[in-house]
Amino acid sequence: MEPEGSDPKVTAKQEEKGTQSTSLTARVREEGLAIKEQATEEIKNLRDPRDTQLWKSIFRVSHDRSDPRNRSLAILSNVFLHLHPAKINRDAVRYNFTWGMGGITFYLFIVLTFTGVLLMFYYHPTKVQAFRDILYLEHDVPFGKLLRNMHRWAAHLMIITTWLHMFRVVLTGSYKRPREFNWCVGVVLLVLTMLLSFTGYLLPDDQLGFWAVTVGTNMARATPMLGSEGPFGPQLGMTPFNDVRFGLLGGSVVDANALLRSYIWHCIGIPLVASIFMAVHFWRIRKDGGISGPAPVQLEAEMKPVKKPSVLVTLMGNGNGAKPQVTTGAKPKEEKRVTPVS
Amino acid sequence: MATEIADRKSRFSLGYIILIALAILLVLYGVFLVDDWHQLWKITSAPDNVPIVALLLIVPFFTWLGIRQARDNDQLIERLEKDPQLAKTHHRKTLPWRPGWARELHVWPFLVRIEFLAAVIVTVILFVWSILLDAPLEEPANPNLTMNPSKAPWYFLGLQEMLVYFDPWIAGVVMPSLLIVGLMVFPYVDSNPLGNGYYSLKQRRFAVGMFGWGFFMWIILIIIGTFIRGPGWIWFWPGQNWDHNAVVFDKNRDLHEIIAGWWPAGLGWLGTNWAAKAIFGALVVGGFFIIGGLFFHWLMLWKPTRFSRIDPSLPIHKRIWKWLTTWDEFEKKLLARTSLLQYLTFQFFAISVLLAFPVKLLLRLVFTIKYVWVTPWFNV
Ligand code: HEM
Repeated sequence: MEPEGSDPKVTAKQEEKGTQSTSLTARVREEGLAIKEQATEEIKNLRDPRDTQLWKSIFRVSHDRSDPRNRSLAILSNVFLHLHPAKINRDAVRYNFTWGMGGITFYLFIVLTFTGVLLMFYYHPTKVQAFRDILYLEHDVPFGKLLRNMHRWAAHLMIITTWLHMFRVVLTGSYKRPREFNWCVGVVLLVLTMLLSFTGYLLPDDQLGFWAVTVGTNMARATPMLGSEGPFGPQLGMTPFNDVRFGLLGGSVVDANALLRSYIWHCIGIPLVASIFMAVHFWRIRKDGGISGPAPVQLEAEMKPVKKPSVLVTLMGNGNGAKPQVTTGAKPKEEKRVTPVS
Repeated sequence: MATEIADRKSRFSLGYIILIALAILLVLYGVFLVDDWHQLWKITSAPDNVPIVALLLIVPFFTWLGIRQARDNDQLIERLEKDPQLAKTHHRKTLPWRPGWARELHVWPFLVRIEFLAAVIVTVILFVWSILLDAPLEEPANPNLTMNPSKAPWYFLGLQEMLVYFDPWIAGVVMPSLLIVGLMVFPYVDSNPLGNGYYSLKQRRFAVGMFGWGFFMWIILIIIGTFIRGPGWIWFWPGQNWDHNAVVFDKNRDLHEIIAGWWPAGLGWLGTNWAAKAIFGALVVGGFFIIGGLFFHWLMLWKPTRFSRIDPSLPIHKRIWKWLTTWDEFEKKLLARTSLLQYLTFQFFAISVLLAFPVKLLLRLVFTIKYVWVTPWFNV
């Protein structure tokens, strides 16, 4: 701190110290004061934790001013929030448009992962223990019953919200160009969601699950060519001991292997695949230009004319109106929306 | 504006009348036709069936929410179509907008806060639901004690119900695959460029109608599977006693048997010769596809109009014909943009899923016909 040797006063002081050989107490007092001074200063700095190195290492953006730049950075610099764009269509934040269904579905998936991991601590996928573990959960584990109930009902709810989400996407025509592929990703997610639920059904190893899975997998017997009772199955050498049902169950009946396979699909296989598809789904939403609306309505007159009308219109003798209208009005406003935005 | 509001009012009062009529019917049904309330209550209140009971309320609610917004947009579209000058300046939404308002909002906080709110609400709902209702747990699994009825989880009941009408390989393997692939091709066969990103029925009557048809069929199957199918997968009306000893005398016959029986004489071989049976069935199914295709083609282009609007001076059969062959010019324009591949793909899925299913259901439940196509390898 002190510039050495340049300030005559200081050098004088040092000399004084050395020659007068100050008492130890005085020296301690002096050092103590210096420590106190620095400590108060540091504590004062701590009063605003946002100024600490620790804070700044975690949060890269200041949140105290809500200017546009900071609001955008709040989204962009957060790994969880950066799925979002910084800004969206002002009307898209209304519940009425998306019903929030995709988001709620995703939230339910998170809830299910969380409660599911907790359930895994108490569950063994074996014929001896599985059913007892459920009883144990219901009667002895603190909040075990609540945990199991929540996992069950969230699963049912997730199926409903997935259906409603799909229904919304149809009603708003959001599957149209450029979102066709994301719709397909969605269909895969729909199937995975139902399979997740279905594989979980067997795990309590009770009558309900056992018979539901028996009924369900019996259908696999009838798979054409791959099932022992399906068309052309027996001709191709399929028996109950080598057909597709055997592969699903790990046996010819629903038993210990089926329980284990169900467990692994339910807890590892399908969640993993579903997570990957969800990542693609969300990424595609952004790449397809964000949420599709609420978009300005387009008018019939603004439809681009087709070069050559399809022969289909003239079928059944009602082809008179087939001539496409020539566009007159302004260019459709939607034009710019179809360009992907990154 | 005034007329719009008046329109809405009259529609609302009609809605109320329908609702009240339905309520009265329900009460009458309850009073006169339900003989086993306990049974009905047991099904309705089974914790695993709560989602289905919830669906009965949720699906109509969201359908209403969507249709309401579609109506508003359709009115706007109609206005703008009549007034091109307005169309040039209008912001083209039914939602409020003022010049100077930003078109975009910051996600933080305007979206993040509702997402947070939604998460809180869903969490609260889940907690309340989980505290009030316990997840079911039956006896330990026992392969020697068949559950009767043994039902698939509710979301797969549609497939299980299909088992009644089709052989397992169709109901369990072919139909689900067709459903999945059919859903995936849906965006690719819809050649309509309008209605992207806003609710509308007027511009998308056919596409929304087709999806809705499939969606509601699926839900109705679930409801049948839950409330109607009892022991032995027998049809019990809601409230009818689930008699575990009930047996249905299966009088179901195959179509070729019926034809062979009806015909005056000389067609007996249709009931005995396998090749004749197979060819007969192939013809029937082929005919079904042709008629189905014509049906969808007609449905696509038909413009639903009030019958009273058709010139009343015509003789009645001509009037009906005219009513049935009034084509929708807009739908024609859409068809003009449809490639053969799109059209044929659509027809295939529409006929083999959307149409085949209800037709087979009717044949089976009303006409007690089991198979229409019998071959040594498979039956349809
Ligand atoms: C696990 C299941 C699913 C999750 C977690 C999910 C999540 C989401 C989310 C969060 C959005 C943003 C908009 C919104 O919330 O509505 C979205 C949009 C979308 N989803 Fe899904 N989704 C799922 C299943 C599906 C299914 C089954 C389909 C259709 C078959 C689908 C098709 C789409 C499409 C096309 C969009 C874009 C909509 C638009 O831009 O308006 N998704 N999804």
